[in-house]
Amino acid sequence: MPARRVIPCLDVRDGRVVKGVQFSGLRDAGDPVERAAAYAAQGADELVILDVSATPEGRGHAAETVAAVRAVLDIPLTTGGGVRTEDDAARLLEAGADKVAVNTAALRDPSLLGRLAARFGRQCVVLSLDAARVGDGWQAVVHSGTERTARDAVAWAREAADRGAGEILLTSWDRDGTRSGYDCPLMAAVSAAVEVPVIASGGADRAEHLAEALRAGADAVLIASILHDGDTTVRQLKEALAAAGLEVRR
Amino acid sequence: MSESGPPIADPAGDVALVATGAANLASVTAAFARLGRTCRVVDDPADLLAAEHAVLPGVGAFGPAIDGLRQRGLDQALRQRVEAGRPLLAVCLGLQLLFEGSEESPDAQGLGLLPGRVRRFAPGLRVPQMGWSPVTTSGGPLLHEGWAYYANSYRVADADLAGLQGVACSTSEHGGPFLAALERGPLLACQFHPELSGSWGSDLLRRWLEAPCPPAA
Repeated sequence: MPARRVIPCLDVRDGRVVKGVQFSGLRDAGDPVERAAAYAAQGADELVILDVSATPEGRGHAAETVAAVRAVLDIPLTTGGGVRTEDDAARLLEAGADKVAVNTAALRDPSLLGRLAARFGRQCVVLSLDAARVGDGWQAVVHSGTERTARDAVAWAREAADRGAGEILLTSWDRDGTRSGYDCPLMAAVSAAVEVPVIASGGADRAEHLAEALRAGADAVLIASILHDGDTTVRQLKEALAAAGLEVRR
Repeated sequence: MSESGPPIADPAGDVALVATGAANLASVTAAFARLGRTCRVVDDPADLLAAEHAVLPGVGAFGPAIDGLRQRGLDQALRQRVEAGRPLLAVCLGLQLLFEGSEESPDAQGLGLLPGRVRRFAPGLRVPQMGWSPVTTSGGPLLHEGWAYYANSYRVADADLAGLQGVACSTSEHGGPFLAALERGPLLACQFHPELSGSWGSDLLRRWLEAPCPPAA
């Protein structure tokens, strides 16, 4: 099987990298092209760019950002944020993305996943799933975590994979930005329920957290703030994962 | 530079990307741009034959892709290129189209330039296979050992490679060995994505561009 992947994520707003806690309180964290090139040089296995612009004007920069990053990036690039239609996805793929992540629009209209897979191939289609703990389980949340759906997160992941998602980017809304570790039971539950790869997201602070999520069944780990703050590098994290007995590309 | 007029356009100098309809070409185009080469999408058989270097890219499904090639007569042009030993790079689904058929579209006939069939990964594995795996050397001049990036649900299993003669093969593992890539002169077919495989992939593309090849007929 492929090695476990370490995937830096750039949240981009109006063409700049930002970071925040639980989807709010955004702070500037640099130029996306510089960040992308630096993380690729550190050994990142892929890159994710999520457009978190609040306005359509801001979102208009997304394709430009993707194109500028693509020019320098020789590893896979996933992009998402505000993708509602096949044409939205086509614009990002033409600009240079290899995969497109859909979130709210797929919850509203699950048939979007099948249409995207039919047009672009399922390996291009990523379901971005934000999940919040509710009782013993998890529910999908939308609108940057402000709105809960009645949808069971594990059941939704399974349906999305059946409909055409080729990968699931699974974010714990409870852990995102907290640096208290990934929600490993969530990662285990979704990884066991689907055939497609799962990327764990939300809560990473140190290599030990990454190893926990991978041991729980995730195929890849998404990291953001610990890199943006310069606390560690992709290379250091991968060395620690290898030392912990997990196969990574080095 | 000539002073008698504007520079003469040399479309044959572009890397020709075979139009397969749905394929996303931005990453391939960017990878060649980093090597100083421009790309051009071709959907005319004559243009495909004239180009020095041609790429058969591929995402999407086997059946629609081969139908799209046939409708434009590109299947014959690809066959001619391969039989004449002209440079061709086939990527991902592009590699699969060179074979006789695929479990993905059981009724569709592939180009049949190579014997064998493409099959889905065994049950119980993560599918699509998404990520980086070690690749063995083929023993040929192009395919060295390294790490390559994959995004595929179907592959040619190692057991189905017995009928392949005169080509050098590399393999990777996902629930058993499968065909990672093969080479025969300037024919290079990769199940992985060289354009997304970092500097190792870029070096492979450079070696392919620089591989010796016969001139156009």
